[in-house]
Amino acid sequence: MAAAAADEIERSRGRRAALSFAAIAVLLGLPLWWKTTETYRAALPYGRIAALSWLPVAVSVSVAFLPGSVPADLPRRLPYGDVRQERVPVGSRSDVTSRTEMAYRGTTAREEAALSADTAREADAALHALQDSPSGSLTVYVVPEASSLLPQGINVYVGKHRSALVRAGPGLATLHTRLQQLMQVMSFSASSIAAALSDRVPDGQLGPDAWRHLKSSLGYEITFSLLNPDPKSHDVDWDIEGAVNHYVQPVLDKLNLVANFSVDSQILYYAVLGVTPRFDKESSSFILSAHSLPHVINPVEARLGSSAASLYPVLNFLLYVPERSHSPLYIQDKDGAPVLTNAFHSPRWGGIMIYNVEVPASPQTSLPLHVDVDMVRVMEVFLAQLRLLFGISREELPPEFLLESPGNEGLADWELDRLLWAHTLENIATVSTTLTSLAQLLDQISNIVIKDDVASEVYRAVAAVQDAVAELAEGRLRSAFQASKEAVTSSERAFFDPSLLHLLYFPDDQKFAIYIPLFLPMAVPILLSLAKMLRESRQSKKEPTKMD
Amino acid sequence: MLAAGLALLLAAGLGTGPGRAAPRGVLREELLLRPLPVGDVAAVFQFRTRWDADLQQGAVSHYRLFPKALGQLVAAHGVRELHLALTQGFWSTQSWGQPPLGAPTGAELWVWFQDTVPDVDKAWKELSNILSGIFCASLNFIDSTNTVTPTASFKPLGVANGEPDPCMEVVCTENLTPWKKLLPCGSKAGLAVLLKAERLFHSSYHSQAVHIRPICRDASCLAVSWELRQTLTVVFDSFTSGQGKKDWSLFKMFSRTLTDACPLASESKVYVDISPKNKEKELLEVTPTPTSVHEAIVQGDKTTYAVYDLLSPVLFNTSRSLNVQLKWKRPEDSSELSTPILHAQRYVSGYGLQTGEIITLIYNTHPYRAFPVILLETVPWYLRLYVHTLTIITKGKENKPSYIHYQPAQDRKRPHLLEMLIQLPANSATKITIQFERALLKWTEYTPDPNHGFYVSSSVLSALVPSVIAMKDVDVEESPLFMSLLPSSDGSSYFLRLYTETLLVNLPTPDFSMPYNVICLTCTVVAVCYGSFYNLLTRTFHVEEPNRGGLAKQLANIIRRLRGVPPI
Repeated sequence: MAAAAADEIERSRGRRAALSFAAIAVLLGLPLWWKTTETYRAALPYGRIAALSWLPVAVSVSVAFLPGSVPADLPRRLPYGDVRQERVPVGSRSDVTSRTEMAYRGTTAREEAALSADTAREADAALHALQDSPSGSLTVYVVPEASSLLPQGINVYVGKHRSALVRAGPGLATLHTRLQQLMQVMSFSASSIAAALSDRVPDGQLGPDAWRHLKSSLGYEITFSLLNPDPKSHDVDWDIEGAVNHYVQPVLDKLNLVANFSVDSQILYYAVLGVTPRFDKESSSFILSAHSLPHVINPVEARLGSSAASLYPVLNFLLYVPERSHSPLYIQDKDGAPVLTNAFHSPRWGGIMIYNVEVPASPQTSLPLHVDVDMVRVMEVFLAQLRLLFGISREELPPEFLLESPGNEGLADWELDRLLWAHTLENIATVSTTLTSLAQLLDQISNIVIKDDVASEVYRAVAAVQDAVAELAEGRLRSAFQASKEAVTSSERAFFDPSLLHLLYFPDDQKFAIYIPLFLPMAVPILLSLAKMLRESRQSKKEPTKMD
Repeated sequence: MLAAGLALLLAAGLGTGPGRAAPRGVLREELLLRPLPVGDVAAVFQFRTRWDADLQQGAVSHYRLFPKALGQLVAAHGVRELHLALTQGFWSTQSWGQPPLGAPTGAELWVWFQDTVPDVDKAWKELSNILSGIFCASLNFIDSTNTVTPTASFKPLGVANGEPDPCMEVVCTENLTPWKKLLPCGSKAGLAVLLKAERLFHSSYHSQAVHIRPICRDASCLAVSWELRQTLTVVFDSFTSGQGKKDWSLFKMFSRTLTDACPLASESKVYVDISPKNKEKELLEVTPTPTSVHEAIVQGDKTTYAVYDLLSPVLFNTSRSLNVQLKWKRPEDSSELSTPILHAQRYVSGYGLQTGEIITLIYNTHPYRAFPVILLETVPWYLRLYVHTLTIITKGKENKPSYIHYQPAQDRKRPHLLEMLIQLPANSATKITIQFERALLKWTEYTPDPNHGFYVSSSVLSALVPSVIAMKDVDVEESPLFMSLLPSSDGSSYFLRLYTETLLVNLPTPDFSMPYNVICLTCTVVAVCYGSFYNLLTRTFHVEEPNRGGLAKQLANIIRRLRGVPPI
């Protein structure tokens, strides 16, 4: 009996030893292993990232009535304010609300004096001197119906800056429709918001125009290339320096607010298009049809070379002087009609213009023929393409609208504002996409390390983008754009930080290959003795019932 | 896709005007064909683009003949001078004579930066990355571990001076297409039509280079022009491929002929070296008749060139293409090699994987003149040089160098740099030996094929070699090819830079599965220890009571009974 008791003591000692082994392994070993093999991850503001999809946009419009133009059915006495808010439908992932703050007032004496000018253009210039309108805002002056300021048949005049003249209609309803149309032209519209957020809008909802615009970037490089595939017959010369200074630079100076620009040019010899043009007997000319144009760019692109100086997206403008044997060369559109400008553009890439050299009358002319390119003709086309690629093309206007030409700057203030709206929205959308996908990646791939500096970039990006959203909601466009640019820089830096990838390649099979030699021999005895104890305790529970 | 460009109202009165004449570039293309003593033929292409504009100001962004990619590189990174050479094969000076333009096997990048560049290391890194993008070469592997800053061997060739940062590295080279793309005419016209990759790489030696440097615009040197030289040297083994005959033609070598000059070139010439080697004239014959014959003194030797000017209309009067042919009138049996005045050899000796010795032999075959030579050695850090073992022996006696600059290596940071100025006596061979120990690398530092060995870049010899015949001062711009690239000196000597062989050194290589083996072994030991401990601690001991016995006991009892012994 004493032996059995001693045996029992011995057995329980063994049990205790096995249990304490298991306890040490679980309480000490597991946390230690977990802690030492954990990938470092600084805390990230996931909640704030998820909340970034809400985008309020505000625009303030002040409507000033000249004496005699106040509609009779005005709901309240001047001045008064009116706020309209609507939801812009742009897919399910973001929630854009636009708020229009209208302020109705009478004109001041100085404005009246300015509006007493002879023509609308003079009035616009005089009003610009008076105004100090922040970017993004609009001022609309309502002139009496009988005013001679606007030409006959024109009801709305859009100035060079941030103001417009509207002829008062017979009632408030007419005025409202005109203001509505004006807003569509001068400020953002649902379609321009959708285009800016094109990444988040499902396919098929957008027209082809939305894909044409260049993505928002901190800078762009503009490269003009003269392609001369036949230097034996044509000695082509262009005064690109002068043309850039005269035509492109003023536009870029204006666009400087939006991004940095650098301009360069090159001449490429023996660079040919990828398509052999078809000879057309009737006009004795060569034809490039619309469907073959997509194949034109690739072979040329190999010669264009990339920029060594920066990483900004490049806008290419190519001037192609066809070979003598393929001259003259014309582009035909889908209907077979020749394209007037003999040019086409490729979305988000640039434009190509074909410049035909006039064949000299006498065939005896000595080759090579010296050609001086008419840069006015070329730059007209390239500037128009530049506007298209930046999405500042004019939309279809009602016939009663008159647009003031922006002059040499090539860009009116309100057009710049529209561009800023679009780029700010796009930047915010980009940041929110970048941060969301970073969060998703972290969720899916557990090996990604987040260092403190990456985390601080993420925090900075989130703070900047919240700042931008807040500024946008207040209608302060300029500062919203600045904040959104900072947010883009920080978020890209965080997303593309190389330290994220340091532990990425650590496949599971290698992990197991290293763990198994240690863990298997240690775990097996513990598990076996635990199983044995379990079995014994079950048996000892059964036995007493039998005894009873 | 298709959209008519909108007519845009441009402000009136802003006509472009006459515009000032933009600086135009000048392109000159040259090809030198030189029969080599052993029967091979060397073809050297040189395309020179000169641009009268100052790239450095950053104001220039409109490129014509000068390639935009390189121009932007120079402007953006404050480059003063850039020399990049990619070479396959080794120019054996002993049998081929002095190289027209020396280049080491592999890649060599050699850059001077402007004084205004704040961080040369950063600029160097960015520059080598961009260049590797442009030329599709892995120049990005050039870093501080294989870059040196010599004090005496390399000097700028242009009008600038600054911090040199040359580097030697071994990279495979098949980067012809991007190189050709930099030519204004591409490979569509001019001499470049001969550059057919399958012929060029089917050769004993192929070296392509890009040299960018500022040069004086005119004699007064008040303004700076930029010069881009693209050179390509190729050596064809025409002796073996031509059934033992040393005759050759353009078509045989390049499988193309010349039809026209590049329309953009202001000069396009083919030079054939027809200098009589053995004082016997009329030994060889070139067809068609050259447009002119040019005599010059190149590398201390009087050389006669048959010149074909592709721009002269006479050349293409009779036939539409130019196929330069060279025939030897009678087989030259007395082909004694005229050994070049300066040549060198380098090799590794020793056995085992612990120590070794680098031996460099420099020969001066000049009959009566001694001259000094600067030797630059760059040895990677994993060969630990023992500088005290450095011995220089000429004609059995020790030769003390008049200048030594030694910068020891730092592990994983920078290589050894050894520069010496050695006087070579007339008609002598100088033997330079230095011993080294091979280091053990960390297991991640080995290349994917560690048993192939590790390359040690060539050493560089720079010397003013005395000329055999007197040279007169030549107008640099007028003389063909290379004389204008390397600095020429007074009439009695000429500058020469030679590269020796690259070395291949085996390092001790570990068993690369070792880390896993170590893990497995330690884990097994730990597991065995742990297992016995566990067993000891958890096993329950109890007193064994004698029982009725098992099968063995019964068997024993049966046997006992049979034997008549009482059972247990």
